[in-house]
Amino acid sequence: MPDSTIKTLSPFTRLGRGFLGFVQELGSVHIFFLKGFAYIFLYPFQLRKILDQIHFIGARSMLIISLTGLFTGMVLGLQGYYMLVDYGSEGLLGAGVAASLVRELGPVLAAIMVTARAGSAMAAEIGVMRISEQIDALKTMDIDPIRTLISPRIAAALFSFPLLTALFDVVGIVGGFLSGSMLLNMNPYLYFYRVDTGVDLADVMGGFTKSLVFAVVVTTICCYQGYTTHLRPEGYGARGVSNSTTTAVVMSCVLILLSDYVLTSFLR
Amino acid sequence: MKEPLIELRDVRKTLGGQTVLAGVNLSIYEGEISVIIGKSGGGKSVLLKHIIGLMEPDSGVILVEGKNVNRVSKAERRELRKKISYVFQGTALFDSMTVFENIALPLSEKRTHVGDALKQAVENRMAELDIRRIGDKYPSEISGGMKKRVALARALVTDPKVVLFDEPTTGLDPIRKSAVHAMISDYQKRFAFTGVVVSHDIPDIFFIAQRVAMLNDGRVQFEGTPDEIQTSPDPVVQRFLRGLETPHDVLTGMDTQAQLAKRYNAEMDQLQRLSTVFSLIVLTIENLEDINQNVGHVAGQTVMRNFAIELKRHLRLSDTCARFGLSQILAVLPNTDLDTTQELMNRLAGAIQKSRIFGIQPYPGFCFSVSAGFAQAREDSTIQDVLNEAQSNKNNLFSFQVC
Repeated sequence: MPDSTIKTLSPFTRLGRGFLGFVQELGSVHIFFLKGFAYIFLYPFQLRKILDQIHFIGARSMLIISLTGLFTGMVLGLQGYYMLVDYGSEGLLGAGVAASLVRELGPVLAAIMVTARAGSAMAAEIGVMRISEQIDALKTMDIDPIRTLISPRIAAALFSFPLLTALFDVVGIVGGFLSGSMLLNMNPYLYFYRVDTGVDLADVMGGFTKSLVFAVVVTTICCYQGYTTHLRPEGYGARGVSNSTTTAVVMSCVLILLSDYVLTSFLR
Repeated sequence: MKEPLIELRDVRKTLGGQTVLAGVNLSIYEGEISVIIGKSGGGKSVLLKHIIGLMEPDSGVILVEGKNVNRVSKAERRELRKKISYVFQGTALFDSMTVFENIALPLSEKRTHVGDALKQAVENRMAELDIRRIGDKYPSEISGGMKKRVALARALVTDPKVVLFDEPTTGLDPIRKSAVHAMISDYQKRFAFTGVVVSHDIPDIFFIAQRVAMLNDGRVQFEGTPDEIQTSPDPVVQRFLRGLETPHDVLTGMDTQAQLAKRYNAEMDQLQRLSTVFSLIVLTIENLEDINQNVGHVAGQTVMRNFAIELKRHLRLSDTCARFGLSQILAVLPNTDLDTTQELMNRLAGAIQKSRIFGIQPYPGFCFSVSAGFAQAREDSTIQDVLNEAQSNKNNLFSFQVC
């Protein structure tokens, strides 16, 4: 649509057009995800590709997840200790660290880190495939690009995200132990006792539910942005791919936090 | 009248508010190479994408084997897609896969071939296209010409009935351009597919085409054989052809066919008015196809070019010569009777040296054989008549080999 016509439209028309565009986009993102998800179960299964993606999304994110988990836990240990000690209840540190990690920080931070590492890569890789006509090439060979490119990534993310979250939680709790107990001389038995009593199964399940939702959000957004690179109005080619990647990461992070809020209010 | 294999009826398409196809009617026949020419951005690629189903028309129908590609069931569409391959302008190779994986993909994804059968099928194609030793390389590690061949191998691995080529020679030098043309023509003969080629290489592409369609303003301006389009009186067609035609043959630096025809007519005119004589020589490189197959298409075209340069050195300034096909050169020799021509040919045969022609070292025991026919023009003969006489007259035919 040329710019001149937009300028002459009334504000209401523009608002309506914008809203309709938004709803349409929302619809296509959903269809994109549903197709991608359903094709996971289509025979013949793409086990090899799923394993490759688990290796990329999961295994190769372990170091960064461990590092961020460790320091998050250590900071929580320090901050929690100094705060609790004022009230004379530093014994509750284990519960505080574990609960905040398992319920909130674990799933959210793990998802954000994976977005930064793997999500951006997905958007860029698929975006490059789109602009260099590789996706069209797949279509000409009667190979469904959503099935070959998107489904393995969704399957791998659904498998990897909960495990990465668990890793983040465990390393974080150890981090809290390192700073709280080793540095600040808190009783280690008390710390782990509080970890055990402070977290119940519902918390762990809630954390996993969140990580599964984040897996869907991150892969869908990142893959969709890459997949629709050629439809972007503000740039083609390399610029288009860079825009797609940026949008994918920003949108994923915002949606992770937004859906986290929604989920927390439902889960509690 | 033969039934067309692919037929477009009144196909219209608007992209981004711009009419790209404004009612295209086109027929493509089985076993032929059809070439689509037209201005850049004139919808040629869009047309190809409609045939394979990457784009759907706003209105109009596209029939493949009599079936409307946009109205068939999913299973039928799958069947149709299986028969058509597409060679992209930018090759569109999967850059994170090796060459072998690229070529294998259409088979491995569909699980039509597995294990050794898959390996065998891919290796056969790689051998046929002379890309044997690069299976483990990635597309970014091989040259542009090789990429084209890998893309062609990937397109041919499924034994398609129809292959669509979107500007297959973009960005290649003249020798490689001609090599790609020779390749398409050779493989078309060998694998018997129907080819549709979008091209800008005029007049070179006419050497391999059986049919030509010209797109103009979203419509088919002209449809016919290469000879018909070159002699078409339509001013739009002529303006377009003349605009793209190079002053010299890009491969050999010789004159173009059009220039040769003009020269022939001028000489014929003189013959009729002043009873001068002139002759025509047809030189055919007999084993160009062998060279293509055994040493590669680039080598074949290098040989063709070097031979042409050598030939030109032995012709007089007043002689006009032009490429008349993938392996043929035609020369018009004014003021020359048969005896003088014979003498000239003898001199040429003696002078041609292997080293100059090959430029590359072919395999041992290889000979380069040329057959030459010549004929003197008579008062009312057309260029084709003289050509036929030159080719068929056993007395005048002589051939030589350089080993």
